[in-house]
Amino acid sequence: MTRPRTTLRVDPIACDGHGLCAELFPERVALDDWGYPLIDPTPIPPSLEAHAREAVSECPKCALRLVSGPGGAS
Amino acid sequence: MTAAAVLGNRSPLLLAGVGRLPTLAEHLRLHGPLPQVADLKQLLLDAELRGRGGAGFPTARKLTAAASGRGRPVVVANGAEGEPLGKKDRALLRVAPHLVLDGAALLARELGAREVVIGLTRVVPELESAIRERSVREDRALFSVQRVPAGFVAGEETALVRALGGGPAKPTTKPPYPFERGLRGRPTLVQNVETLAHVALVARHGPRAGATTLVTLAGAVAQPGVHEVPLGITVADLLAGCGGVTADVAGMLVGGYFGGFAAPATARSLVVTPQTVGAGVLVVLPSSTCAARECTRVVAYLARESAGQCGPCAHGLPALARSVAACDFGEAARIASLVDGRGACRHPDGAARFVRSALEVFGEELALHARGRGCGRRDEGVLST
Repeated sequence: MTRPRTTLRVDPIACDGHGLCAELFPERVALDDWGYPLIDPTPIPPSLEAHAREAVSECPKCALRLVSGPGGAS
Repeated sequence: MTAAAVLGNRSPLLLAGVGRLPTLAEHLRLHGPLPQVADLKQLLLDAELRGRGGAGFPTARKLTAAASGRGRPVVVANGAEGEPLGKKDRALLRVAPHLVLDGAALLARELGAREVVIGLTRVVPELESAIRERSVREDRALFSVQRVPAGFVAGEETALVRALGGGPAKPTTKPPYPFERGLRGRPTLVQNVETLAHVALVARHGPRAGATTLVTLAGAVAQPGVHEVPLGITVADLLAGCGGVTADVAGMLVGGYFGGFAAPATARSLVVTPQTVGAGVLVVLPSSTCAARECTRVVAYLARESAGQCGPCAHGLPALARSVAACDFGEAARIASLVDGRGACRHPDGAARFVRSALEVFGEELALHARGRGCGRRDEGVLST
């Protein structure tokens, strides 16, 4: 059975390193030495999607988005 | 002026005009008239022409993509040549401006574009004259030349398009790619000036034509400067055909500061293609120079040249430069991996590649510096910025 792979993507120009995303969605977002997001590309399961959406909507710079791509077997 | 290398029995094509005036009359005498091309896309596909700006992207694919965009397309000729040691684009524009204009005109006609904007960081009088020589009826009205600010990332496609549109010479987020939405929101076909010259040769001589490429040689070589060489030869043959090297070789930088170092034997066996040599800068680093100081200078330059738009690059490259200067190479490797792939453009990737390849090729010498012993060599300034 295939499921769309949902991942979080950042626009590095828009991002200013506020870091809310890492606070709201630590399962997939860590911060680097300078406070900028390191996003784990592992697909986001339905159980975590709400957290991902919260990170996207709370980003002060609107730098995050959720992208869906065709997936493999899950 | 620059030398054209004649390798084997092949005469230089792009640089056929070296030593002659770059006039329209001479151009037609050397290359013949520009024919009508029935199916330019197919011709470029058959020729397997790839871009000469560094990425080596297939030209036919880019053309097709721009043709599928919404709105009347624009053609941009990229002569910005950001590599400090790169000289090929300027040399080509001075020697064969009409070849570049021919190629641009062909692509414009194919796309139904009414504008070709040539982006340069310095004025090229030979190009201005060449444009004036073209007849209004044929294509003079197509061309305009625009100066853009110089800089390492200024020749990146989206940075060039942004600068031509009146903005800063800094990259933009992709997508959208220029072929979708570029200059003034139109589908924009950006091509390096050398690529355009190859389009003009292929149109005249067929898909087998123009299987050459321009390289800029620097460092411990007998004939520094711009050379036209056949694609598919090894770097060893390239150097042999251009007078060889002048000193014991510590390593070679392939692809300029956006490329990477290779050990002498590895470098010599590399096959010259648009994907392997990038924008064509090949620097032979002699053993006599201090590789640590040379690299320190380049990484500091790369840090200064960050557009400063993306955190990992704006912060990471200066940190990378500091760690290299301090001979903390473990930290340098860590930061290189941390910034790789995390910008809006490939600048941090290039810096990471430069540093990682330096650590690999000059590992022993760098270890001496890390232990505080130094290598005993002076900085000869081969990798100038």
